[in-house]
Amino acid sequence: MSVKASILAVLTMGACHGYQLRQEIESRTGGTWNINVGQIYTTLDRLERDGLVESNLTNVDGQTTYRITKLGREEAEAWLTNPLTTGPETKNELANKLALAVTIPGLDIAELIHRQRVQTMQALQGLTKAKRESNLDDPNEIPWLLIADLNIFNCEAELRWLEHIEGTLAKSAARDLNPSQDLLAPAKRGRPARQEN
Amino acid sequence: MTAEVLIELIDVQKTYGNGENEVHALRGASLQVRAGELIAIMGASGSGKSTLLTIAGGLEVPTSGDVRINDHSLPTLRQKELARLRRQTIGYVFQDFNLIPSLTVVENVALPLELDGMNARNARRAATDSLESMGISDLAKRFPDEISGGQRQRVAIARSFVGPRRVLLADEPTGALDSKTSESVIRAMRKRIDGGLAGILVTHDAKLAAWADRILVIRDGQIVDELKTELRPEQFGAN
Repeated sequence: MSVKASILAVLTMGACHGYQLRQEIESRTGGTWNINVGQIYTTLDRLERDGLVESNLTNVDGQTTYRITKLGREEAEAWLTNPLTTGPETKNELANKLALAVTIPGLDIAELIHRQRVQTMQALQGLTKAKRESNLDDPNEIPWLLIADLNIFNCEAELRWLEHIEGTLAKSAARDLNPSQDLLAPAKRGRPARQEN
Repeated sequence: MTAEVLIELIDVQKTYGNGENEVHALRGASLQVRAGELIAIMGASGSGKSTLLTIAGGLEVPTSGDVRINDHSLPTLRQKELARLRRQTIGYVFQDFNLIPSLTVVENVALPLELDGMNARNARRAATDSLESMGISDLAKRFPDEISGGQRQRVAIARSFVGPRRVLLADEPTGALDSKTSESVIRAMRKRIDGGLAGILVTHDAKLAAWADRILVIRDGQIVDELKTELRPEQFGAN
């Protein structure tokens, strides 16, 4: 989900080819996220199949460039602006999403953080309520309680982290696509052009 | 049937100092807490959350607005009446327990009732009931320095709702306790509130706040957000 959504998020700022997408995502997430370029291309294929991006051959080196469609833009905006459901598997996605979001012009980061905080707090409340209603003396409930407690601590950590990063994110600045990574990037680093028969 | 409102703040303002030194601790805070309901107040240091609690408990007077506890308007009461209402209706729990070291556990819990004129035997009986409901009646004859932090806080909570009290106000009640002890304390507090008390819990701990029915977020003396508990099982894989 995260690779797909991140590609779409970057494409909201303009057309890119595959290698450029990889560079944009990596630089915007602080170099902490190394995506295999092959994964970028297979994801782009799926996105094209689903009508979220469209490709065309405009590069002087014959590279394929990808442009976001209306449907793709809607999906990117939904991912960027809606809070993520809390869970261990979304932790890195949330960090990557916020790292990307702060670099995209026109997004209200404070509002994004607020919505995420509300979502996480509600998840924490839901867990606590379920725990309140559980029977601590019933051994059958122990496995569930262990998981509930883990999720409770994860939610708490996420809330503290959101509070902690709020000030940091306020200082970061949006930036447009990097011109040095534009469509004139060396052909050998891009995907080979499709052979027309 | 909707439960009765036991705590109500109506457009409460609190200002300290004047002129250039004027500080607005509360800027028009309003809230209602019904019997059986616990609300949590969260906010950064200096946001006004503790001021809100002391005003709700009649320990401070608002600059303007009304505070109603169990249908009494606190700003209109005379000092004596206010003191009586505080003793009879409102229980306080603080981070540092505030137990009297020279009195035993049961004497500490019975003290507010005795101060209110109840005879020692009845006060002690009510105190024993209160300790029992917290599961700590075996500590009755110990002194505060002979028991653990978690036990002391449970004693403080037992004292806060001894007798006919209906309102429980807690300021960081588990601030000095470890996570496991905190949970048993909030669980006990919650149980008492479910029995028909109204409670306000001021805390910066999200895990603790999640035990409340509603969470109010206060910033710069104003309540800026409210979260209601919604059980959403799909969010945590409950069966």
